[in-house]
Amino acid sequence: MRTFTFERAATPAAAALAMQQHPGARFIAGGTNLLDLMKLDIERPPHLIDVNRLGLDRIEALPGGGLKIGALVRNSDLAADARVRQGHPLLSRALLSGASAQLRNKATTAGNLLQRTRCFYFYDTTKPCNKRTPGSGCAAMEGFNRIHAIFGASTQCIAVHSSDMAVALRALDAQVETVSASGSTRRIPIAELHRLPGDMPEVETVLAPDELITAVTLPAPLGGTQLYRKVRDRASYAFALVSVAAVVVREGRTVTAARLAFGGLAAKPWRNEEAERRLVGTDGGAQAREAVADLLLAGARGHGHNDFKIPLLRRTLHATLAQAIET
Amino acid sequence: MTTETEDGCTRRTVLVTGAAGVAAVALPLAASAEPLAPAAAAPGPTTAVSLRINGTPHALSIDPRVTLLDLLREQLQLTGSKKGCDHGQCGACTVLVNGRRINSCLTLAVLHEGDAVTTIEGLGEPKRLHPMQAAFVKHDGYQCGYCTPGQICSAVGMLGELRGGMPSHVTHDLAAPVAFSDEEVRERMSGNICRCAGYPNIVAAIREVAGAAT
Repeated sequence: MRTFTFERAATPAAAALAMQQHPGARFIAGGTNLLDLMKLDIERPPHLIDVNRLGLDRIEALPGGGLKIGALVRNSDLAADARVRQGHPLLSRALLSGASAQLRNKATTAGNLLQRTRCFYFYDTTKPCNKRTPGSGCAAMEGFNRIHAIFGASTQCIAVHSSDMAVALRALDAQVETVSASGSTRRIPIAELHRLPGDMPEVETVLAPDELITAVTLPAPLGGTQLYRKVRDRASYAFALVSVAAVVVREGRTVTAARLAFGGLAAKPWRNEEAERRLVGTDGGAQAREAVADLLLAGARGHGHNDFKIPLLRRTLHATLAQAIET
Repeated sequence: MTTETEDGCTRRTVLVTGAAGVAAVALPLAASAEPLAPAAAAPGPTTAVSLRINGTPHALSIDPRVTLLDLLREQLQLTGSKKGCDHGQCGACTVLVNGRRINSCLTLAVLHEGDAVTTIEGLGEPKRLHPMQAAFVKHDGYQCGYCTPGQICSAVGMLGELRGGMPSHVTHDLAAPVAFSDEEVRERMSGNICRCAGYPNIVAAIREVAGAAT
């Protein structure tokens, strides 16, 4: 690991200011992804800003039934929180399907959102990667790309975002709160936080370099049946090949509201509101599910090894919605 | 755990001697590679950190690159915690920090100001085994033993999480109290890999300590 200087920030604004004063620095909280990448010489920060003691480790109730989740709330604490389990079980389910218990005990809410891709070629410093070394090329495009994107990819990058939590937050319409070195704050809908690769795959979010995530907020509980179904190469402790987050609200046998978000498919949590609307007003039966899958998959494109994700997504969507209707 | 043999030779003595022999052969390769431990690299700035390890307070000034695992093993000679993958994938480095299990390889020592760390050495010793250590011995919850300290620290942390009502991926009802089952143990221990595949005996050991023998 390369040498770096280290400081402990006392307040969120001080942390953002320290970032402005040290170009190329990184905030470190759980560190489970950053340190992994620093050991491999993929991340090379000259300075680390420890943000663990900023008091952002609480989950607070908001007026109107929402929740404000501090940026430093550990994944395991968020998954276990009684209000989350009761009102947003989708979020608990997604978190519990990710990583291992040891990692969830360390990983934070903001860090989970900002984790880097697990693309094999991003990790392999002997191969070209536009995300790691802009302009060097994309080894995944013609390489072993079975874990890669079928939506939103570009000629520069076909990597996917690895988070399960972010997929649930996307379905739940979460918002991200930030502070900058100037002290100014802003609120970003989760839908707008992550960028698609385009011709700048190295820029993964809309955050400014000195912008620190301080919280994630959730609106009031949606109710309905909430399911997170993750398909992966082994039963535990593996990234999603395909995951489906579904919220289905029904009156009698009729679907009155639906949210559908997907993981393992794109550089950001994928959501298709048109497909959701297609489900509303139906009984959620096989015919309706097939129509939803057709809409969802209309823009899907495989790259060879990952072509299987297209039928896998169709089947996983069917299975998840069928379970939601039967529940 | 150090076990003495009849001639007074400890298992650790054998391991150290064996490792030295291997190291002598491997040296030319190692010398040509990047330095593995921060201690071998050019000295950088140091950072002060105070923490308790197995009840003993330590006030240190260390290279901020030092992982908690390397601090334990290389500087404090607490070699029970093992370095397997060094990337949080195998769980051999699992220790308890403020009672919670984490991968000590994926955290910096300087991030643990004021924290209380418990390693396998702090859980129990050969003449004063922790119940989980005793259960692993009784049930043969290992073959080579390399993953065992991490498995045991993880299992102790896991039972704490279970008692605290933390759900898991296989918990069927998020609203109901969490109950012990072999399925829960297998899911909750998935961050600890055993190359010898001692899993059934590991589950048996944990089941006994949980008091839920079936």
